[in-house]
Amino acid sequence: MRLDLVPRTVRSPLLDILAPTLAFVAAVLIGGVAVAALGVSPADAFETYFVTPLSEVWSLQEIALKAAPLALVATGLAFCYRANLWNIGAEGQFVVGGLAGGWVGVAAHGAEGFTVWILPAMLIVGTLAGTAYAMIPAILKVRLGVSEILTSLMLVYVAQLLLDYMVRGPLRDPAGYNFPQSVGFDAAARLPYLMEGESLHAGVLVALLAVVLATVVLARTLFGFEVRVVGASPRAARFAGFSDARLTLAVFAISGGAAGLAGISEVAGRIGQLQPEISPGYGFTAIIVAFLGRLSPPGILVAAIVIALTTIGGEGAQIDLRLPLDLTRAFQGLLLGLVLGADVLARYHVRIVPGGPTGRPAT
Amino acid sequence: MEAARAPFIPARRPNEGPTPLFGAYGIVKRFGSFTANDGIDLEIRAGEIHALLGENGAGKSTLMKILYGLLEPSEGVVTYKGDIVQLPNPEAARRLGIGMVFQHFSLCENLTVAENIALVMPKELSGRALADRIARLAIDYGLHLDPGRPVWSLSAGERQRIEIVRCLLQDPSLVILDEPTSVLTPNEAEALFTVLERLREEGRALLYISHRLDEVRQLCARATILRAGRVVGACNPREETARSLAAMMVGSAVREVTAREAVASGGERLRLDRLALPAPGLHAAALRDVSLRVCGGEILGIAGIAGNGQAELFAALSGETRAPDPDAVRIDGKPVGALGINARRRLGAGFVPEERNGHAAAPLMSLSENALLSRHPTAPLTRFGMLRLGPARDLARRVIESFDVRKAGPDPAAGTLSGGNLQKFVVGREILAEPGILVINQPTWGVDAAAAAHIRQALIDLAARGAAILVISQDLDELFEIAGSIAVLHEGTLSAAVPTGETSREAVGLLMGGSSDHGPAPQATLPRDATMAPAPAHAH
Amino acid sequence: MTLDIVQMVLVTVLTAATPLILAAIGELVAERSGVLNLGVEGMMIFGAAVGFAVAMQTGSTLTGALGGAGAGLLLSALFAILTVGLAANQVASGLSLTILGLGLSGLVGANYVGVKRDPAPHLAIPGLTDLPGIGQLVFGQDAFVYVAVALVGAVSVFLWRTRAGLTLRAIGDDHVATHALGLKVRRVRVLSVLFGGACAGLGGAYLSLAYTPFWAPGMTAGRGWIALALVVFASWRPLRVAAGALLFGGATVLQLHAQAAGLGLPGQLLSALPYLATILALVLLSLGQRGGGSLAPAALGRVFTPSR
Repeated sequence: MRLDLVPRTVRSPLLDILAPTLAFVAAVLIGGVAVAALGVSPADAFETYFVTPLSEVWSLQEIALKAAPLALVATGLAFCYRANLWNIGAEGQFVVGGLAGGWVGVAAHGAEGFTVWILPAMLIVGTLAGTAYAMIPAILKVRLGVSEILTSLMLVYVAQLLLDYMVRGPLRDPAGYNFPQSVGFDAAARLPYLMEGESLHAGVLVALLAVVLATVVLARTLFGFEVRVVGASPRAARFAGFSDARLTLAVFAISGGAAGLAGISEVAGRIGQLQPEISPGYGFTAIIVAFLGRLSPPGILVAAIVIALTTIGGEGAQIDLRLPLDLTRAFQGLLLGLVLGADVLARYHVRIVPGGPTGRPAT
Repeated sequence: MEAARAPFIPARRPNEGPTPLFGAYGIVKRFGSFTANDGIDLEIRAGEIHALLGENGAGKSTLMKILYGLLEPSEGVVTYKGDIVQLPNPEAARRLGIGMVFQHFSLCENLTVAENIALVMPKELSGRALADRIARLAIDYGLHLDPGRPVWSLSAGERQRIEIVRCLLQDPSLVILDEPTSVLTPNEAEALFTVLERLREEGRALLYISHRLDEVRQLCARATILRAGRVVGACNPREETARSLAAMMVGSAVREVTAREAVASGGERLRLDRLALPAPGLHAAALRDVSLRVCGGEILGIAGIAGNGQAELFAALSGETRAPDPDAVRIDGKPVGALGINARRRLGAGFVPEERNGHAAAPLMSLSENALLSRHPTAPLTRFGMLRLGPARDLARRVIESFDVRKAGPDPAAGTLSGGNLQKFVVGREILAEPGILVINQPTWGVDAAAAAHIRQALIDLAARGAAILVISQDLDELFEIAGSIAVLHEGTLSAAVPTGETSREAVGLLMGGSSDHGPAPQATLPRDATMAPAPAHAH
Repeated sequence: MTLDIVQMVLVTVLTAATPLILAAIGELVAERSGVLNLGVEGMMIFGAAVGFAVAMQTGSTLTGALGGAGAGLLLSALFAILTVGLAANQVASGLSLTILGLGLSGLVGANYVGVKRDPAPHLAIPGLTDLPGIGQLVFGQDAFVYVAVALVGAVSVFLWRTRAGLTLRAIGDDHVATHALGLKVRRVRVLSVLFGGACAGLGGAYLSLAYTPFWAPGMTAGRGWIALALVVFASWRPLRVAAGALLFGGATVLQLHAQAAGLGLPGQLLSALPYLATILALVLLSLGQRGGGSLAPAALGRVFTPSR
């Protein structure tokens, strides 16, 4: 038995959508088996994970609030991944953005009078901090050829430790009973809510705007063209006069900035202060979202919503069905793997050839 | 895998005579909807060098891979001494006594000579025993190799020797050679022919695949000619002329290229002054002291064997590699050494690199996007950083029409075009910009005769309109046809340009080889083979 | 008794290096055949969880170790199917397996959090183990350590002194050429990936069965990633992997001792040392290689789709 892969010369748009959908279905089925092994009815689990969260207003908002940072970070990552640059450190850039922007919020605590500038300043500082942090692996790659995978990842741990240190030390709320958290932000330092009395905040709009912007940039601008060419044919990109180095720095800046913006949006939106953990792994989950969405911003938006749905569902399942949160994580990893495998269908004709590893086919 | 021992009586035979050593009957091979081999019959006798002729795309490679077990025929059989045999993989082919010397050497660059040879030897033959066998072959056939050297440090001729030694260690009864001289200097080629003659005298059969007609007429007593997957003729090449063989290969009169006298009508437009660049990587060539000038209306040809700095020279001219001295490269008198490729394009220069799939064009992108690729600095295809896809499509359409590019669909991916058509597109894309200077590397490599003629004519016409053209090519026939003057690139050094009319293929060939023979390896502890050419004054 | 103190430090360095050696040597073999497996962290932690669980159920450290190796092998089989069989993107596939492994490890280890177990038995040869200065170091370690050391030597011999090892290196150098020669590229790659996974799983099992020895979620703390960096840092040579692992082991130990000594440096900074050291090591390696080109297997990470 041998698996032969023959590249397709014409991409079928139908298959491009069908492939990740099939992967999702397969993941759900496998998840059902796993759930049954844990002693829970698969039907109940399916309902808790996928249906219940869609049926209540508050959970719909939660989905949006979770999907927003995922979509934002993943959109930024799409620029990197399309250019074959593997930024694995989005989690660290998220944390640094939240930390830097949050610092501004802490510093502005208690300010009176003209406070309109505070929130924009926090967002800008957070974005720039994320960009700067992403420049480290970018510059090391461009100047020294160091693997961006390893450097960006190591910096995640460093960022988390830095946040931990700051929150327990210099930025700790002196009136906070020694809890490791900063002072709560003033209203001027919080992202405004979109509706009275509800939890949906403006961070969602920021994410949507980013997705739209990214779609236009990738498809219709020269820079977006550059990103698309560099990943597919690096020599052709150089022939087009696109500079490898400039592009590397640019896409890392974009993805770092997006992650930083998502970080400060989370801090100024949902959390409202600095604490040792400001990300439930958004930076890593966004990697799954980016690939699930096949590195295209509209797809990423859909994928973010799906992943957010399963995360909320997972939290509900933990309470209602005693299913551990690790199950959600395993499901997400499995889903990514299946999407990658299904992507093969979209890229190649797959033929199963009977006979030995190098045997003759029947015909 | 046991060979099936059923005597095979073919329905028809290409020729009369005793049962051949190897035969292929009714070979059909399809790749999806494309038929590469369409009912081919071929017989190879012991003690003969049999030529397999045909243009690129005729099906020679496919047939050869079938004989070596790398591909399975969709239909048809292969026979050995009259019995049908199965060739599911190269292992089986080798066990049957079929050996192959590839055109693109299957060598691992970072391993040594001995390691590369050991890869296909049986496990028992290794270490000391293997080294002894290699040494014996060196003495017998004059194929000298230093077993401990890494492959990346060897010349093309030396690498080919590894392939041949690998093959001979199996004691093959059939040796298939795929375009063996395409990377050799004329002297290395002569040395190869000596070895091949020796093999033939030993009673082995050789299948010699080439499109070089003079060589074939020198070496081979029988030839089978393929065109579009079918056998269109069989003959004795020595009884034919190169012209008649070419006519059989191409099938119709190829459009004669109207050459013109090399008239430099304009001023100097492109100039290199003592350009020197270090080798960009482990396996690349350095450029040493390269100087040239091309005037408007002139076509300068740069000859040379692959790997002597052509790609590096092209990159220096295009701006993909910046020159350390801005004055080293001048376009219309302006120093451009420090400028990138788009800046040079804005000064009126156009560039066509050697590799059409992956360098000149992005294979997964559409033709209109590929038009954008190199023309965005010089055509109104962007505004404020936004792409203008309509004008890009129009530009692509104009290129397709004026250069007769055949394709499937309105705006297909570049990778779906055949070699010749894609080459016409990337050449036409530049020529339509009416550049004042055009630098083109291997304009018709791997391109069918009709497309090649079209491209060469377009170059000549462009020069007639006053452009300065620099053509880098391994094809001496092409250069002698279209270039007004020729210079030779050897190991990163460029010889002085000489008008085409005042030189000859032999003279150019000598310069291509550096005017010296590549003799035995420096650590020659082996006695020099008396049949080899005299050792040079300087070891290579 | 400074000799004893020196030996104690060396022992801690060796034991800190052992999981890194195990994971890195396996990854080295995989990368030498041309496959970049970023799933090492997931395979390691899954091995830690399964190893502990199996050892708890059977009462035997040996079966626990085998279980851990088996867990890593299982995950790497999925990786091999994706990347070698289906030619999927190696970076993304590796990441998906890391996340899957992290999640699965939590599931398997859930019942064992906080459970204590006897550590793996140590070698005790009368006379030798008691030698002052080196007795404990050389003759008093547990089986994992000796296996790690033996693997370094075995892989060295395998890669450079056997035909199979030569074939593997050739495939990692040029999968196109070796395929044209009829060598079984995909089969070799699958086998080397499986070996790498088993080693990673074994390295994880070492953590939960001998090093700490208990199970805690996320206990590998990025060691799998450091192992990946080690392979690069060691220029894909086994002996250098061992040397690099000892260096990193040393950095980890230094951090622990510094924290205990209360040097006044923030604990987070000391915890960050191994990660910062990794970045520094990679930078130094790149600086040292300027102009010499990369020593990586030339086909590393490239997609292989043979046509017949």
